[in-house]
Amino acid sequence: MQQLISFTTDYTRYILKGGTKFYAWMGVLSAFILAMLYVFYLQNTDGLIVTGMTSQISDGLYLANLVFLVGVAAGAVTIVFPAYVYHHEGMHKVAVLGEMLAISAVIMVMVFVFAHMGRPDRLWHMIPPWGIYSFSSMLGWDVMVLNGYLILNFICGFYYLWCKYTGNPINRKWFIPLVYVAIAWALSIHTVTAFLMANNPARPMWFHSMMPIRFIATAFAAGPALIILIFLVIRKNTRFWVDDSAIKLLTTIVQFCLGIAIFLTLSEVVVELYARTEHANGLYYLMFGLHGLTGLVPWFWSSVVLMICAFVMFFMPSFRNDFNKLQIPCVMAFAGIWIEKGMGLIVPGYIPSPIGEVTEYHPSFVEWLMVLGIWAFGFFILTILLKGAIGIMLGDIKYGSQAVAAK
Amino acid sequence: MALNEKPAADPDRERSSECAAQPASADPSAPGLTTSRRDFLKGGGMLSVSALMGSAALMTMSDDAKASTEWAEHFQKNYRLMTDEEKAEARTRLERRYSSEYGKKVSVDTTGPQPGVLMGYALNVRKCIGCRRCVHACVEENNQSRGTRPGEKIEWIQVLRMERGEFSKDKMNHGYPEGLGIQVGGNAYTPAGQVLEGQYHYNPEAVPEKDATYMPIACMQCEKPPCVKVCPVRTTYREADGPVVIDYNWCIGCKMCMNACPYWARRFNLTTPVLPKQEMNPVTHYLGNRPRMRGVVEKCHWCLQRTRHDRYPACVEVCPVGARKFGNLLDPESEVSLILARKNVFRLKAELNTFPKFFYFYD
Ligand code: SF4
Ligand code: SF4
Repeated sequence: MQQLISFTTDYTRYILKGGTKFYAWMGVLSAFILAMLYVFYLQNTDGLIVTGMTSQISDGLYLANLVFLVGVAAGAVTIVFPAYVYHHEGMHKVAVLGEMLAISAVIMVMVFVFAHMGRPDRLWHMIPPWGIYSFSSMLGWDVMVLNGYLILNFICGFYYLWCKYTGNPINRKWFIPLVYVAIAWALSIHTVTAFLMANNPARPMWFHSMMPIRFIATAFAAGPALIILIFLVIRKNTRFWVDDSAIKLLTTIVQFCLGIAIFLTLSEVVVELYARTEHANGLYYLMFGLHGLTGLVPWFWSSVVLMICAFVMFFMPSFRNDFNKLQIPCVMAFAGIWIEKGMGLIVPGYIPSPIGEVTEYHPSFVEWLMVLGIWAFGFFILTILLKGAIGIMLGDIKYGSQAVAAK
Repeated sequence: MALNEKPAADPDRERSSECAAQPASADPSAPGLTTSRRDFLKGGGMLSVSALMGSAALMTMSDDAKASTEWAEHFQKNYRLMTDEEKAEARTRLERRYSSEYGKKVSVDTTGPQPGVLMGYALNVRKCIGCRRCVHACVEENNQSRGTRPGEKIEWIQVLRMERGEFSKDKMNHGYPEGLGIQVGGNAYTPAGQVLEGQYHYNPEAVPEKDATYMPIACMQCEKPPCVKVCPVRTTYREADGPVVIDYNWCIGCKMCMNACPYWARRFNLTTPVLPKQEMNPVTHYLGNRPRMRGVVEKCHWCLQRTRHDRYPACVEVCPVGARKFGNLLDPESEVSLILARKNVFRLKAELNTFPKFFYFYD
């Protein structure tokens, strides 16, 4: 008990200390969070009418970001898996950082769920015994696996940190099996999210069984791409050293998965457009526009260009091995997949509508503010988690010794 | 009449059935609907004035009633899990609140499915002239939102207008594909007949138009409804007599059902519905046309407030050409059963295995 109290206080104290750079960063994030709270208030007094959503296009940016972030959360497994299954040295050192990323991504997903609901005040209807749990609904399963993933990562991550902090050995008897469960679980969260979309025959563009594997491929490209970026930032700004070998392995993973994702996209394009049935209308709208409406065309092609360029760049040793330039393809891959999941998958699923109506969706200012705010919130949490974790790994905070100020 | 079994009398409802402000559409004997819409509005307005005076007493406690009922509503159970007492409670609570909010005596019916009834609907696509009276009657009967901001106007029925295809010699070379060197000429690319793709924002001088056919569409009350399967809180479900309904108080607004419905039959209340007091239809059903709130999904329910009491849905009553038929599928003598037995009948998007209980036919 004594230990637990000192763990929390040490942890908090360590997080609160920081340089001007740190406070500026957190300050900017807080500003966005405040803006988010304001638009959230708007949404809950005026209703979702303040967004660009309509009865034709009933899900927009929120659901798109939700789907994307589930992928980022699942992507954390690309660190944990090599670390624990292949005993990769460099990865093992940083595995806990991946878990922290997963925690923040899942929290962001939950906030997006709140933003997306017409009646967030009634979410308890999903939770027994007060509410009803529906086993036939994919959304129910999604909420269940996401919460499970959050809990698993929380336990694994913080148990590891706790052991480092107190200096106790890790109890491998249950820790290692739990890590394996978490690895398998990561796949489940993105698969169920893919089923959420793919199980709707009413939306032909989503209705194919390739969806889960495409989701996983993009997730394992976008997630590690973000992680590489974060690692590079950590190497620059803290005394914590992330091994080159870890970053190299992640680069390889990103590249392979990106390649698979591009291949799957092309397969879909060929299969749908060769026969060009009515069911290809969604994809056709996305690629070339339909009935003169072309709102998503630039999005689609920019995403394709970003992904292919990033893929090619990863082949070039000058980008792959130079950690100053590695950021470029990583950012491109990340952005490309974000577009692919949002404007390239969720929105065109609604166009044309089941009765053939072609309408366009324009996210409103409120929606953009909300999305930015939730991302800011996610980074806020991520910064806190990573800072504390790094402090413990460096030995800056330790049970029984005075905490050292963070840099 | 359509439903052969007379519904068991609901004692509570009998007591409160002296609703002063029956809108014209709720009363089949009233001439309002068949003549014109303006008459109807006038009639409705007159009636609601008297209702207003009648319920002046209720009005005085308006704010209190709203606050306390909303609180109770927030924590109430899913409708299907309520005991009979809880249902009665919820019902009186709502009647009180709506009455004070809309300034007239509002009844909230809770009659359940009647034994031996399976509702069915049939529509003659040859007859429909695209006048859209069913759309408007539905809005009036079922208290849909009438706002003007985009997203505030809700209509459950859509009448799709489709161009009639034609083949002619002078269009011979307008065919498709052009210039690929594989096929030359041919004009079969023009749309012909009924496809589920058309526009419903048409505005003609007179209907029917010469070169158009019409296809009304609304909730099909699927036998195997995808919308029910995806609902994470089981707020939308199929009633024993057929219609798929929504417990508005339990819906969390996740909109999954809107993704799942292949007929685009569900509407989302993006904001608090705009329902002018004098236009509100005070004869409501708990699972049907009672006023909805912000952030929930709604849809056609075949006018439960009418059909559970042996009456036709408003759209059937108002259709000037009699294209719409409604009845009990379990009764071999009912109109729909006879149509199923004798006419050429089809269901929309049959390949999706949703088994609509809404049939299209032609003779
Ligand atoms: S038509 Fe749509 S809303 Fe109606 S029951 Fe079928 S799936 Fe549900
Ligand atoms: S929006 Fe409401 S009715 Fe539709 S699936 Fe969600 S909770 Fe169910």
